[in-house]
Amino acid sequence: MSNVLEIKNVTKKFGDFTAVDSVSFDVEDGGFFSILGGSGCGKTTLLRMIAGFEKETEGELLIRGESMKGIPPEKRAVNIVFQNLALFPMMNVEKNVAFGLQRQKIAKPEVQNRVTEMLERVGLIGFEKKNVDDLSGGQRQRVAIARSLVLRPSILLLDEPLGALDRKLREHMKIELKVLQKEIGTTFIYITHDQSEALVMSDKVAVMNEGRFEQLDTPKNLYKNPATSFVAGFVGESNEFDVVNYANGELTTKNGCKLTKPILDFQPRKLFMRPEAFILNPTEDLVDIERISMKIRAILFDGSNSKISAIIKQSNDDVLLSLPQNAQFEALKEGDDLKVGIHHDDLKCYRD
Amino acid sequence: MKNRSGTFYLLMVPVLLWLVMLIVIPHLDMFFRSFQFENDDGSMVFSLNNYLSFFEDSIYWVTFVKTALYSIGVTFLAFVVTFPVAFYLTKVVAKKYSSFMVLLLLIPIWIGELVTIYGWMILLSDNGVINNFLIQIGLIDTPIVMLYTNFSMTIGLLYMSMLFMIIPMMSALESLDDSLIEAASDLGATKWTIFRQIIIPYTTPGIASGGIIVFMLVIGDYIAPNILGGKSSLWFTEQIYNKFLATFNWNEGAAFGFLLLLLSSAIIWLALRLTGQKLEKVGS
Repeated sequence: MSNVLEIKNVTKKFGDFTAVDSVSFDVEDGGFFSILGGSGCGKTTLLRMIAGFEKETEGELLIRGESMKGIPPEKRAVNIVFQNLALFPMMNVEKNVAFGLQRQKIAKPEVQNRVTEMLERVGLIGFEKKNVDDLSGGQRQRVAIARSLVLRPSILLLDEPLGALDRKLREHMKIELKVLQKEIGTTFIYITHDQSEALVMSDKVAVMNEGRFEQLDTPKNLYKNPATSFVAGFVGESNEFDVVNYANGELTTKNGCKLTKPILDFQPRKLFMRPEAFILNPTEDLVDIERISMKIRAILFDGSNSKISAIIKQSNDDVLLSLPQNAQFEALKEGDDLKVGIHHDDLKCYRD
Repeated sequence: MKNRSGTFYLLMVPVLLWLVMLIVIPHLDMFFRSFQFENDDGSMVFSLNNYLSFFEDSIYWVTFVKTALYSIGVTFLAFVVTFPVAFYLTKVVAKKYSSFMVLLLLIPIWIGELVTIYGWMILLSDNGVINNFLIQIGLIDTPIVMLYTNFSMTIGLLYMSMLFMIIPMMSALESLDDSLIEAASDLGATKWTIFRQIIIPYTTPGIASGGIIVFMLVIGDYIAPNILGGKSSLWFTEQIYNKFLATFNWNEGAAFGFLLLLLSSAIIWLALRLTGQKLEKVGS
């Protein structure tokens, strides 16, 4: 597959502040690509450079192999769905969607056809004459996406468009967006601070921090094998420990918890353990696992996302463990002793 | 809301006092006065003569039409002159400087209309600053007559009223999200299209409310036409002034006053209809 977007050593500086620090990556045509990062990590700046609203200080940006140097936003085959959607309040749904087409030299019936076709695709038939202020959050979302997609861009950029929606609707829109992207096949570049949005929808996710990409990978790899301690802490839940010593295949945490971790060729400083990596009451025949004695502090019931808050007996370190909601662990309660196992591979160690 | 408290009625008192004593009663008094006419025997009778005299003498309605046209023109000019300034102050310059600049803009209002008008006289008169400068640099030999013309009157009216255009326009522009402009340009719109299709429709309520204020101030102004316009100015407020204070014909003056009120209301109504605005929306 060819690359629809190539970013080559792009840097953006605002005065002394470096928002984007020589980032390079390619985006394959037809994929759903997400950039995940906290606020101020430079992801919005990166998106605005792709759209053409910001000029890169250094580096080069190619869309379908063509350099975008000096090309203004209105001339780029890229459209953006803004965080606040930026629908035109003085126009109805139909006029909003037709706005871009009317800017090109396209005959009126053709414009009408494409608008209707697009509204059909996003399920807004019957809303043509409605004022955009009278629509629900989800409908406004779809108008914003339709308004951009009707121009058949090479890339659709989405700037946290689900941020303002309530939880239920957001879950729903996640699925809708993913399905829509697969149907129409346009490349989506989606930026978000919500890891679940990025993981659920994307083919590839880049985790961004302080203007740099920490890791660019499939959602599954990102979660299973975080490349850096930032990714391990940012993507998904994790128990984080400072490591003060590593010798003879044994880690010592700051509070003095000793854990076996064979074969590391570097001196680790951080240790991460996912809540769901812990095996409760492991049987004696399991091999390659580290057995830890814990005491339950509290049961945190949250449906399928329930957790046990526990302390490691030998060091008093706090840990969160996943609590499967099945009959086996029904009897666990506050104050109980707990035997826990974790596979050596699930002790994720990092240099910094 | 059935059970109004005593505080509610207490708070209504100043509002009612204001409306009744300062607006309703004086207007009613003028209204009745405008229909009274002094008979040959000196007694007051009901008559339409005060209104009829407006149509009998052409100078009155010529002045009337001129006042209306110039007021519309000045309002339009005020929009043309202030829009770029308002746009610059809200969208281009940094916030910390813009509030200071707005403060500077307001200085002429603190000084008062009369003083600023005299300032313009110094600038525009035959041996004034502008003529002197033009002669000094050799562009002209004899002074250009600018003072006591419709030109100087227009400048004066524009100068004292345009600030009332800029404030509502700025607040309309401030509420215009920059992302709307970016979205339009992202969808392929040129700068001109953005201006025409996004910025102007979005700020129309602000432009309309500024326009109404400017129009009312200009059509009812007396100082600028009288001082800067000189003898040839022919402003309708001057006719009203003359009726009241030169010929002491209060009844005819009252009738003329009502005609001016009708005229300005009609023009504003028409302007709102043409731009598709609602008065309630513009007023807020």
